Amino acid sequence: MGINFRKETFRDDFSFRNSPEQIRRFPFPFHEDSYMYAVNIEPHTPGPKNTVFEHLIDVDEHYISEMEDRALVLAEDPLRCQSLPHMTLAGWDLLELLMTQKAESYPEHFSLTRDGDNWHWINRPLGIDDRFTFGDVSTLPYGPMAYITRQSQGDFCVLDQRDGNLWMDAGIVTTQADWSLDFDIGMNFFEWHAPVPLAHDMGIFNRALKFLTNIQQGQPARRFNWTMTINPRLDTSPENYHKWGVDRTTVTPENVGQKVHLRVELQTFWRLPRSNALVFPIRCYLIKMDELVTSPKWARRFHRVLRDLPNELAEYKGLTRYRQTVVEWLSQYDDGAPTSSGFGPD
Amino acid sequence: MTAKTILSRPVYGTLSPQPGRNHLFVADAEGAAAILDMAKATPEGFFADAHIMFVPDDTGTNYVEAVKSLQPARFYQGPTIAAALPRLRQTLATAHMGLRIYLAGSEGLIGQAMQAAMEAGFDPSSIQTEHRGSLARRVQCVHCKGITENVTTQPVTCSHCGLLLLVRDHYSRRLAAFQGVCINAEDPTESPQAEEIFR
Repeated sequence: MGINFRKETFRDDFSFRNSPEQIRRFPFPFHEDSYMYAVNIEPHTPGPKNTVFEHLIDVDEHYISEMEDRALVLAEDPLRCQSLPHMTLAGWDLLELLMTQKAESYPEHFSLTRDGDNWHWINRPLGIDDRFTFGDVSTLPYGPMAYITRQSQGDFCVLDQRDGNLWMDAGIVTTQADWSLDFDIGMNFFEWHAPVPLAHDMGIFNRALKFLTNIQQGQPARRFNWTMTINPRLDTSPENYHKWGVDRTTVTPENVGQKVHLRVELQTFWRLPRSNALVFPIRCYLIKMDELVTSPKWARRFHRVLRDLPNELAEYKGLTRYRQTVVEWLSQYDDGAPTSSGFGPD
Repeated sequence: MTAKTILSRPVYGTLSPQPGRNHLFVADAEGAAAILDMAKATPEGFFADAHIMFVPDDTGTNYVEAVKSLQPARFYQGPTIAAALPRLRQTLATAHMGLRIYLAGSEGLIGQAMQAAMEAGFDPSSIQTEHRGSLARRVQCVHCKGITENVTTQPVTCSHCGLLLLVRDHYSRRLAAFQGVCINAEDPTESPQAEEIFR
C-alpha cells in the first residue's frame, strides 16, 4: 500500500494539515515534563511500524507538497543551496545514500537500477525518470547534492571533516529554523553554533563534536531539536524574517489551535563512504496545537515544558511574544495528572 | 581591545616576528602602530625583504614616515581598503612558499585581508593579527546580502535595502562580515534609537 500524498501549501493560504494517521506517528520530542539541552544522541536504527523511524529515511504524506515548496524557495533565492568546490564527491555519496534508502524502503514509489556507473532512477510521486552516469556531473540537470535533495524532505548539511573539526561546506536549506546557510557556509562546528545560548558553557558542543567525528559508516545516529512556528510555514529563514516575523504578533487565544505549531527537527548523522564527509539531514515535522492535544499525554506534557522553559531558551527560539498565550490555552488540557514516561501518545 | 563575545568571532593577538625571510604586512590607520611596536623587537635586517601595504585612513600622515623608515623592500600606501585589495590579491597569488602574513588595524581591514589570504590558500591560523583602532564593523544584511561598511551604530540601516538591522556578534570569515538581521520584523512600528557603540 502506497502513501496517500496530500496536496497542500506551506505559505499564502497555509492549507497544510496532518491526517489522523500522521498525527499518531508524529515524533513528539519530549520524554519527560521538562526540557533542557543535552547531548541527546542515539543510534539511528529502524523503529516500529507506523512511526517516523520505520525507515531510516522517512517519506510521508507531505512529500510532494514539501518538494514543491522547496522549488519555490530555490527559484526565489538560489543561495539556499551551496556547495564549496571540494564537496562534489560528498554530493555523489549523498545521492547514493538517498536513492538506495528510498528505493529499498518504498519500492512502490522509487526505483534504482545500477549497471556499473550507469544508473536509472525513477521517482514516481514527482514524475522523474532519469538515466545518468554516476560521478559525471554533466549527466544530471543539477549538481548531485542539489538533484537528490530537491527530491528529499528536510534540509541537508554536508560536513567536511578535517583538523578534528566539522566544516559546513555544503548544504541545501529551505525549511530552516532561523539560520542562514549563506552566512554559515565554510564555518566549523563551534562557529556555526556560536549564537546558541548556554550550551557552550555546558560543554554540549565539545561532547557532541567528539561523538560526531567518530561516527562510522553504516552506523548513523539521531537526535531531536524543536522550536515553534506560527502558521505551517516551512521557510522560516532569516533571509525572509522581515516577511514572516510579523506572524508572531498574530496569536490570540481564539486562533492558537490552528495557527501555532510545534516544529520538531529529526536530525540524523551519516558517514559517507567515499568522501568521509558527514551528512546531517534535518527533517522538519509540524503539528498544530489542535492536532497535538488529540493526545492527552502530549497536551499535558507540552503545557508543562513550555510553561517551565528557561527564558533564555524561549528568547533564542523566538517564542517570547506568544508563549504566555499558548501556555494559557494549553492549560485547559492539563489536569495535573502524572504523565507516563517515554515519547509515545499513550 | 575587543571584548570576548561568541565563538564565531575571530580572536586577535599581538604581532610578533615570525621566522622566515618574506614578510607581508597589511595595515590600516592605528594598525601602523602595531607594526612599529613589533619592529622594536625584530632582528637586524628583518624588513629587508618585507612588503608593507598601508591605508592611513583618518591617521593622515601621522605614521607614514615612521613606517617608511623601517626600510621595507616595498612600501605601498593606498587610499582605501577596497582600492588596496586587488594589489593584495595579486601579491598573494604570486607569493613564494613561506610568506609570512601580518594584519593590523581595524576589524574590517583584518577581515578582508584574511578573506583574500584564505581565498589564495593560506591557513588562517598561520596569519598574525592585531586589532588596533576603530571597532567599526562590516555588516552583511541577511535579507538582501548587501554589505554595509564602517558600521558604528546599533541598530543600523542597511545601505542597500534600507531595512533597520540588529548587528549581531555572529561573524563569517568567508564574508569578512558580521550578520545584520531586521530588528523590527515582528513589529515594523518599533524603531529603536540608533546608538553609537562600535567606535
